[in-house]
Amino acid sequence: MARHAQPINPWPGIVAAAFVVTVVIAAFVGIGQRVEATSGLRIAEWQAVRFTVWQALLSALLSVLLAVPVARALARRRLPGHRVLVTLLGAPFILPVIVAVLGLLAIFGRKGWLNTGLGLLGLPEVSIYGAHGVVLAHVFFNMPLATRLILQGWQSVPAEQFRMVGQLGLSPRMVFRVIEWPILRQVVPGAFALIFVICLTSFAVALTLGGGPRATTIELAIYQAFRFDFDLGRAAVLSLLQLAVAGAAAVLALWILPPIALQNGRDRAVRRWDAPAPWGDAIWITFAAGFLLLPLMSIALSGLAGLSYMPLSVLSATWTTIWVACVSTVVLLALALPMAAWLAQARWGGAEALTLLGLVASPLMIGTGWFILIYPYVSPTAFALPVTALINAMMALPFAVRILLPPMRQVFNDYGRLSMGLGLRGVSNWRIVLIPRLRPQIGFAAGLTAALSVGDLGVVALFADPDVATLPLQMYRLMGSYRTEAAAGAALVLVALAFGMFWICDAWGRRHVDG
Amino acid sequence: MKYALTLAAMLGATTALADTPVLTVYAGDYFTSEWGPGPVLETEFEKICECDLEWSTGDLVPRLLLERERTKADVVIGLTSDVTAKARATGLFAPHGQDNSALTLPIKWTDDTFLPFNYGHTAFIYDETTMDAPPASFDDLLALPDDIKIVIQDPRTSISGLALVLWVQAVYGDRSAEVWDALSDNILTVTKDWSASYGLFTDGEADMVLSYTTSPAYHMFAEEDFTKKAAIFPEGHYFMVETVGKIAGTDQPELADQFLEFVMSRDFQTIIPTANWSLPSALPKADWPEGWTELPLPEKVLFYSETEAAALQADAIETWRATLSQ
Amino acid sequence: MRGGGGMLTVEGLRIEQGAFALTADFEVPKGRRVAVIGPSGAGKSTLLNALGGYIEIAGGRVEVDGQDVTDAAPDQRGIAMLFQDGNLFPHLTLAQNVGLGIRPALRLTEAEMAQMRDALNRVGLAEFADRKPGDVSGGQQSRAALARVLVQAKPLLLLDEPFAALGPALRAEMLDLTSQVARDAGATVLMITHAPKDAERAADDLIFVEAGRVDPPRAVAEVMADPPEALRAYLGR
Repeated sequence: MARHAQPINPWPGIVAAAFVVTVVIAAFVGIGQRVEATSGLRIAEWQAVRFTVWQALLSALLSVLLAVPVARALARRRLPGHRVLVTLLGAPFILPVIVAVLGLLAIFGRKGWLNTGLGLLGLPEVSIYGAHGVVLAHVFFNMPLATRLILQGWQSVPAEQFRMVGQLGLSPRMVFRVIEWPILRQVVPGAFALIFVICLTSFAVALTLGGGPRATTIELAIYQAFRFDFDLGRAAVLSLLQLAVAGAAAVLALWILPPIALQNGRDRAVRRWDAPAPWGDAIWITFAAGFLLLPLMSIALSGLAGLSYMPLSVLSATWTTIWVACVSTVVLLALALPMAAWLAQARWGGAEALTLLGLVASPLMIGTGWFILIYPYVSPTAFALPVTALINAMMALPFAVRILLPPMRQVFNDYGRLSMGLGLRGVSNWRIVLIPRLRPQIGFAAGLTAALSVGDLGVVALFADPDVATLPLQMYRLMGSYRTEAAAGAALVLVALAFGMFWICDAWGRRHVDG
Repeated sequence: MKYALTLAAMLGATTALADTPVLTVYAGDYFTSEWGPGPVLETEFEKICECDLEWSTGDLVPRLLLERERTKADVVIGLTSDVTAKARATGLFAPHGQDNSALTLPIKWTDDTFLPFNYGHTAFIYDETTMDAPPASFDDLLALPDDIKIVIQDPRTSISGLALVLWVQAVYGDRSAEVWDALSDNILTVTKDWSASYGLFTDGEADMVLSYTTSPAYHMFAEEDFTKKAAIFPEGHYFMVETVGKIAGTDQPELADQFLEFVMSRDFQTIIPTANWSLPSALPKADWPEGWTELPLPEKVLFYSETEAAALQADAIETWRATLSQ
Repeated sequence: MRGGGGMLTVEGLRIEQGAFALTADFEVPKGRRVAVIGPSGAGKSTLLNALGGYIEIAGGRVEVDGQDVTDAAPDQRGIAMLFQDGNLFPHLTLAQNVGLGIRPALRLTEAEMAQMRDALNRVGLAEFADRKPGDVSGGQQSRAALARVLVQAKPLLLLDEPFAALGPALRAEMLDLTSQVARDAGATVLMITHAPKDAERAADDLIFVEAGRVDPPRAVAEVMADPPEALRAYLGR
């Protein structure tokens, strides 16, 4: 009996997924070797679990709710500098956490622009510290991602449909029902789950803006168990708990994803006929730009002031950082592309939850587990950078797959039979069909990974060679030795590098789209 | 992976020459960075040891616990008093062999395994240009108006944060919960580590920051800024010390001993204040670098031995957490 | 056990898709152009997709040019197929799209380049070689797809209404071009159509499909002169 023919062999994708699972399981096994008597979970940890889930839900909800009108406005309007704006609006997501917090404080902090303005108007001060600060920061980070994912969904609506809308003279409400709502139903649950998981594993943000121990996250409890109490058993239990919560959320979200309804279109430029009065969109775009770009501006300003204090030796870490980012990106693509191809052809997309493993299994836990495994044989220092690159890639995997999957499905739907009929298999199919068709998404995913890798302190700090430093590590070292201004300068270099690498990849991806 | 190994091997090869003995010293990341004391101490020690001193950075105790007998460390530097109990329990350390009576600490030191190399005290730092009435005592601190904001570190992730909890315990004992309650309105936020707190303070977000009595020294001597002050309290300040220990299974016992000797030497002790912004452990005050004697220091010093601290720590942290979570 | 020298032999073919089932048993002699006609939802597309190897079959055998291709991959069956849409990659030029029919790796030798240019020439697209599908008209896109079929040189050509979106005149022109291409390539053709006129114009034989049942091919003129009951209902006569 003939098996169902598929344009791309799913096995490399399954192998990639198995690899990710193995890396995580091996880390747990490594830790398992060293688990001694553990005190188990205490009341403090249960409170941390509750707070973590609550803030993650709220953050994900707000991020997505705010992203919908912003993405809608961006999809409908072609403003001057539209492309730059879309790129810039994505920036907070790739900002190193610690830098972003400084930027947020410059706007919303006690001495920030907002409170200064309120003070001038004789209004009471607004405090960013507390649970709401954590949520605000998470929205700041993740709304750009949500916007981008939703915008991508919007842009997948074929131009033909909008022509039809123009022809029928549908009201905005009908347009929403007929075209936009089905798209949102496909994009929003995935984006929501992803952001929920990101916020679940958040750690640095919650601590600085949380205002106190009320805002303790699971990730902090893991950190405490690992590094302070050295209770590997409790750390492992907490990691598993985090994995379970995130996994449940992911599976649930993917479950409620409706069956994929695909649309056909020819590569025509989208021209919208349904745009209503412009001021609503303008307000949303202005709001997003203000919220997302002002903190960036303040980072740039304080960074410029700090550049002169920054020792030039900081720059020597740039090459290491770029090297790690490039390796991360290559590893990511090697994992994400086959996995997306596998998932895009699978009947049920629930296996996508596997991609979240690397993000949810705390990097600290993967790093420590592998340290235990590697140490008897070779110096872990030699592996600090490769392991960091691998973990960075695994952390970016869920984003990359989420970005790649919908258009990949579309390509298989539209051109799968054509490819098979022509015998375009394996490498040829990737080269001639998939990569050219998915170029914008590949560029975006690669850029995201490179930027996240640049900004991540990562496990390199766990066992770094003192001579091999990455930029974030240098920045932390400056901060740890009272050199706050110099650290602000280094932060600017870091942001510029993250942004530069993102921009190169993203621009590569978009080069042929408009042409 | 292969490339990474080659790269690592090349990096390693530049320092490890064939017949020079290598002394591997584990240290915290801050210690060996180019802005820490590591590089200058390495140069000074290599002048006298005819050896190659190699720093290896990371979390000291977790790393030792993971590596155990297989550890490559000969010496470990930077163990704070809150982790010495765990470090001692590994059984990896040998007696330091130095004379404790040569120490010039404000407390009596009898430990023959872990040798102090510098110290300081917890203190709240403020900027005298923005703070008109700094608290003159811990009781004053508790009575500060709500709009004076303090930033502290989390005792579950930071050594200075833990020291604060023990400090409160030492001063107030069973009344700790009341202290946290009184402070809760003043606490702007709690950060994971010291540097994040200090950044908030220098950025003007907080009026006071939990730091060390020696912090003003950095501003004075590195920036010529004399506005940053430590609030000195008559109730006493918690003692913070960093120690160095020798690994029993070292394959370089002579070099390790020589390093410990170096720690007690005048060279090391005069370098450490400005290199690590802390007070030397074995140097009479008269020999301190210029200006350091003018640094205001507390009369009374509070300290729990590692066994006392171990007994108190969990409850003290829980009191902190529970009170501030309300 | 098999029928005599037909180009396409379908034996006991069964397709099951949920509640829908289709069975087919027929043979198409070499060089014939066969119209597949029948009401919407009867299973015409399903039949062609099964022959092309794109959907799973529940049983039976498919033979093309004497070879058993039941389990072969779509490109190993001696079949070229044109779909309702998605016959050209929008990001490739017409020349590249045609080139794919010669060599899926897209690295053509000089001789293959000449072959590709010749094919474009024969469908009248010589000067559009470097355009992308989005930049040419629907008719020109169809021509490009036919040019590729020409270079693919498969013995059997399946058409799943690729010209449905074109106007009557243009569609007739494309059908003529298809006949010509098929003749030049010596290919046998199975084409789905809704219009009896198209069948009369471009087909020798006719297969009627209704509710999962596939009638064996009969000469178009013969069938049209005396359509069976079901076909008569479909034709509205």
